[in-house]
Amino acid sequence: MHTHVFQRLCKATALSMGMPRLRQAYVPQPVVDRSAADLRGYIEGQDPVSKQPFMQEVLNGLLSPLDEADLQGLTFERTTPRLVEPDSEDNLQRLFEENHWTDMLPIVLPTEARVEAMLKGTSHAADTIVGRLRPTAFREFWEFTVEKVAVNAVMAGARPEYFPVILALASSGISARSSSTNSFATITLVNGPIRNEIAMSSGIGVMGPYNHANATIGRAFGLLSQNLQGGSVPDDTYMGSLGNWYAYTAVLPEAEERSPWQPLHVQKGFKPTDSVASIFFGGWYTHAGYGPRATWQEKMRRSLAAVEQYSPPLFVMDPIVARGFVDLGFDTKEKLIAWCADNALMTAREYWDNQWIQYLMRPRAVAGVEPYASRFTAKPDEVIKIFEPSEINIVVAGGETQGAWKMISGSLRATVSIDAWR
Amino acid sequence: MSQQTTVHDPRGYPPKVVGKRLAPRLSTLDGKTIYLVDCLFDNTDVFMEQLRQWFVERLPAVSVRTIRPKETWSDDAEMRAAIAADGDGAILGVGL
Repeated sequence: MHTHVFQRLCKATALSMGMPRLRQAYVPQPVVDRSAADLRGYIEGQDPVSKQPFMQEVLNGLLSPLDEADLQGLTFERTTPRLVEPDSEDNLQRLFEENHWTDMLPIVLPTEARVEAMLKGTSHAADTIVGRLRPTAFREFWEFTVEKVAVNAVMAGARPEYFPVILALASSGISARSSSTNSFATITLVNGPIRNEIAMSSGIGVMGPYNHANATIGRAFGLLSQNLQGGSVPDDTYMGSLGNWYAYTAVLPEAEERSPWQPLHVQKGFKPTDSVASIFFGGWYTHAGYGPRATWQEKMRRSLAAVEQYSPPLFVMDPIVARGFVDLGFDTKEKLIAWCADNALMTAREYWDNQWIQYLMRPRAVAGVEPYASRFTAKPDEVIKIFEPSEINIVVAGGETQGAWKMISGSLRATVSIDAWR
Repeated sequence: MSQQTTVHDPRGYPPKVVGKRLAPRLSTLDGKTIYLVDCLFDNTDVFMEQLRQWFVERLPAVSVRTIRPKETWSDDAEMRAAIAADGDGAILGVGL
């Protein structure tokens, strides 16, 4: 049983699992926030897809005899060619767009010569398997090679010297094109020497369209994710209700030389001389502020209380802000993170009144897994901490034209070596 | 005629689709045990309770039990084993 807006996705998933005749019945969207009486109405009403009584569809699914096709399932090979049929550049641009192989902006056509040039950016052979991706946990993994990643890097406008970063992102197993209804994007942090080797910018406009490497590496991550995982097509392999502008490109290097704190990759156990990419999954909410001014604690508490509680914050702080916190005694990131964890608070009632907390955290709470179990047994009006320190991250970047910070939803999903892909 | 250009296909490699036969259907529901598998989405428990009540009221000869996996987005082998051991059929649902 599904809600009707997932009809196409459900059928595609059943097909890819070899069961195209899987019996499926549909109720109207949404189920969330509907009363018991509303849901009883769904059950006694019509399946909006088949236009038959819903329970008739359910009972038919249990009782109607199987035929030969049901018993066999469906086995078939799927392939993708190495090259597209030759055509004019205008027609190829149109073909790529119509096939949902782009982000709807013009791409650099991946000619054989351009792909060959991109491949010179790594020592790895073109046919080396890089990894597998899928748009969500219940879809099948697609596999890809160094050459396939190079194709998408060319399309994004990236240069060969950026290719090890792009290969590292591709190898992470994290898709920048999650099909989640939450419209998640990824935000990637680059640390280590490669930042300067490829002239990334951690200065003015670090989160904007002002640096070629920042912009095209992020775009490449998005394009390779959608094309190498089997698509990111609305209503099929993408279900984000609102979408996400971070999905166009969201890559920044940390301003290690201007930060008073340890860079993130060293916090995570890498050496300062390692080049590393860290992938944060989120981009859902963004708060902003200045300072730290006299009332910084009130401002920060309000921001922390306004998060979506299933998605912890990633702080991006201008070096001016970071140094300001050092002056206040926060001489390590960990000290400021501890303060944030102690002050990210809401009542248990509000914490649990969230569909994703109910879906993701409640089963763990019921199973006794901490800290969710304690949050679950708290009285409704009890104020509880909503994040562990290990879930909160801080990075330093910005042009020092203003003491500005942003707080973006972003849980750290992977920290991967770039050097491994040089 | 405009110049012809050859370009690469940007897509990855999909896995082979291996057909799976559907489970045998029941000839009747009378006297059978049907599991309602609550997939843990928010408010699915309310939906499943309404579905259970529908069976109790309309098809009282069917024994209906609600069951949940231990974790979201996980294949709970113990849950599947419980259904296979005691159940004659299962209905899974429901989404957002």
